[in-house]
Amino acid sequence: MKTLLELDSVAARYGPVQALSDVSLVVREGEVVAVLGANGAGKTTTLRAISGTVSRSGAIELDGKPLKGGPETAAKSGIAHVPEGRGTFVDLTVTENLKLGAYTRRDRSVRADLTRIAEYFPWMTERGGQRAGTLSGGEQQMLALGRALMSRPRLLLLDEPSLGLAPMIVREFFRIVRQLNEDEGLTVLVVEQDARIALRASQRAYVLEVGRVALTGSSGELEGDESIRRSYLGY
Amino acid sequence: MIAAAFTDFMQQVVSGLASGGIYALLALALVIIHRSTGVINFAQGEMATLSAYIAWALIVHHSWSYWPAFAATLVISFFGGIGIHTAIIRPVESGSVLRIVIVTIGLLVAINGFVVWQWSGEPQQLQSPFGTEVYDVGGVVVAAHDIGTITVALGIVLLLGALFRFTKVGLALRAAAVNPEEARLVGVRVSWMLGLGWGLAALLGGVAGMLTAPTVGLDPNMMAAVLIYSFAAAVLGGIDSPIGAVVGGLLIGVLLNMLSFLSQYGMFDWFTEELRLPMALLIILAVLLIRPQGILGRPEVKRV
Amino acid sequence: MTPREQRIFGFAVFAAFVVFVFVLPQFISDFRARDYAYVGIYLIALLGLNILTGYTGQISLGHGAFMAIGGYTTAILMAGNEQFGGPVPSGMQDIWTLPIAGLVAGLFGLAFGLPALRLSGLYLALATFAVAVAMPSTVKRFEEYTGGGEGIQLFGLPELTGSNAVAPADPNAPATFELLGLTFTQNDWMYYLAWSIALGAFAGAWLILRGRTGRAFRAVRDSETAAVSSGVSLARYKTLAFGISAAYAGVAGGLFAIASAFVNPDTFPVALSIFLLVGIVVGGLGGLSGLVVGAIFVAFLPLWAQGQDLGSLLPDSVIQGDTVSIPILGDFLFKGTSAPGGPAIVYGIVLILLMFVLPNGVGGLFRRIGQVITNRRYSRSK
Repeated sequence: MKTLLELDSVAARYGPVQALSDVSLVVREGEVVAVLGANGAGKTTTLRAISGTVSRSGAIELDGKPLKGGPETAAKSGIAHVPEGRGTFVDLTVTENLKLGAYTRRDRSVRADLTRIAEYFPWMTERGGQRAGTLSGGEQQMLALGRALMSRPRLLLLDEPSLGLAPMIVREFFRIVRQLNEDEGLTVLVVEQDARIALRASQRAYVLEVGRVALTGSSGELEGDESIRRSYLGY
Repeated sequence: MIAAAFTDFMQQVVSGLASGGIYALLALALVIIHRSTGVINFAQGEMATLSAYIAWALIVHHSWSYWPAFAATLVISFFGGIGIHTAIIRPVESGSVLRIVIVTIGLLVAINGFVVWQWSGEPQQLQSPFGTEVYDVGGVVVAAHDIGTITVALGIVLLLGALFRFTKVGLALRAAAVNPEEARLVGVRVSWMLGLGWGLAALLGGVAGMLTAPTVGLDPNMMAAVLIYSFAAAVLGGIDSPIGAVVGGLLIGVLLNMLSFLSQYGMFDWFTEELRLPMALLIILAVLLIRPQGILGRPEVKRV
Repeated sequence: MTPREQRIFGFAVFAAFVVFVFVLPQFISDFRARDYAYVGIYLIALLGLNILTGYTGQISLGHGAFMAIGGYTTAILMAGNEQFGGPVPSGMQDIWTLPIAGLVAGLFGLAFGLPALRLSGLYLALATFAVAVAMPSTVKRFEEYTGGGEGIQLFGLPELTGSNAVAPADPNAPATFELLGLTFTQNDWMYYLAWSIALGAFAGAWLILRGRTGRAFRAVRDSETAAVSSGVSLARYKTLAFGISAAYAGVAGGLFAIASAFVNPDTFPVALSIFLLVGIVVGGLGGLSGLVVGAIFVAFLPLWAQGQDLGSLLPDSVIQGDTVSIPILGDFLFKGTSAPGGPAIVYGIVLILLMFVLPNGVGGLFRRIGQVITNRRYSRSK
């Protein structure tokens, strides 16, 4: 499998606070990779560094080419970032949210894709005219995922999708992510607080601590090792 | 007697809708900018005045005929608005709201000064594209200019509405105004969208200016009162609601004329011409005390 | 520098400024003294507005109306409105009207502040703006009290200090009068009166703001929710801020009436309210030091709007005849912008550039300079 995304010694700061000091990781095409760690470890910042939302130093390469610039450039390069808190456009309708996902696309199959998304989330067609702000948390998370998929991304970044959602909905969400990965080869980098479900959904994982990578390995190994689970993953 | 009162009434309604249409245009401009940039553009009136002067200069000094001058003015206003946003507003966009407001005030003073400097403060004449005829519709005397104003104003509002609702650019504009961070993540160039918003607002102002000048006379301070009415209309309608701005503008136009009408017949006879402006504002105040978010606005939820 | 040393430094700067203010008339023409008197008057109004907007965060676009209230109070007390059919007799000396002008305006401010609690941000700005717009018409309506559209004349009244000035033998020299053993020209007197009160108002504002009240004000501005949770009564402090700031504006308005020797509905137009806001933002919200510069901005706008050139800003010693002794730039400033509208263009551009370069106003710049000076003796720990 070829490498799709590579981070090499990436550092980032918010004013005087150094959020990432030295993060290096690799995501191969077709993989689901999890980024785990405690609060403040730098997980969200890592995704922000990739999508260009925060300025950073170090090298980031997408498909062998250096990735520079802000979020608009990242979006055009095929990176879909679903931020913390879902980032739905609450004043716009469900369909409008989905259409925005396809903003950077110039091809003609956008409408066809709306139908395709409907296969995963049939309710989005039925309730296309509903204002996104009136959806439940779980529905908004699905909508955010749908919107990301509309851009036909090469890489999907998910930031704490389980936040604020009931366990049953979280399970359903990750089931869909896994299905997308298996059926369509979607490459996913997911940041999660809920280490257990993230490990179950991914092939490999990185554990961040205080802005750098403390641990990495296959998800199966990490989940199986009790001492690692207890010291790094909290369960 | 009743018939006379009725024709009077209808006349006031029609002219109220015409002036209301102009307030609606400018109020819509204010709302577009407030939604995207978060400020009240104090210079909106002066920008409209400048547009009217440009049209006038094209017609009188360069012998253009009316509609080409109108179209050219719209184009110039549009790009002027984008230019102002890029050069003057963008550098201070991330700062405090008051700071941006002061910049718009500086723009107000500078543009007003420029108009005086370039074309002198003497009142000028800008013709109405609809002529000066007056029609008699069943006893009600209606000016062609008023009808034309109402038509153009509503037409432009509908066009803009269609742009926002049905086009990709319109969607991007709305997204950028409401949620700039997330809009960036889907690839929308938010700065360009904000500039576009200013361009559209300037275009609306240009139309408002060119429709105001024929009735009021073209002079540097022509839009001052209109701006205040439009500001009141925008707040009345709900400061972030484009439909509210239009409704608010029409309401104020008609309402003020209603008060004039009633004062002729003995009610509200203290309502003199110069009380129109304070009255408009006090009506708004009353509405705000009862319903702070305006007619079509959404209640502001204080996040604790 | 310890905080105590910093405070002493601040006092020293203030003292130097006071000396500068009192000595300045010696170096400027009599005519110019009047202009600078207005700077002092606007400074008082700005101090008040700053307490409201800079410290409690309530935006007012209507402080010109409070100035109008003060101005008319002063005029009515001095000239009386019996001439229009009103109840107030004439006869109060101008100086004594000022505290009353402040009090009346302050009461109106409190009265406005209470319902204003329901509004915030943009809506409060609109409400205050409505008051400013409505003021001239309201004044005209109550003719028996205010003299209607004609206004109230104060020129030549015995209640106006200095109206008994006597022209000396030299026809080019200004008239002078005696007070407390000193000889004043009318303009110099106005200057000293305005600035004495302004400096006192400055000290008063400083005292109010450094104490418990000031901290409460700042708490309200920074986070209303946190303030309430800390036991700060929002209603009390927000209304109090309105009252105090209106009182300041009232005193400024009274002085304005005295300086202009008349009031009419157009003396305090809507534009004044807008430019007071400009003045505090330029001067620097929330601080006191930059407000003098803000006052200069407000004072000199009307001159420019009327088409006078920028030369009117420069002290006479720099202008020699028709040229200005600052090379090149001086010539341009003096003559190049004297066409009508030109000064307004420059004013607008300067305002915009100021907001680019000094986001926290001139006061912010002063504070940074002050910090640089007082920190030089700190050892920097990384």
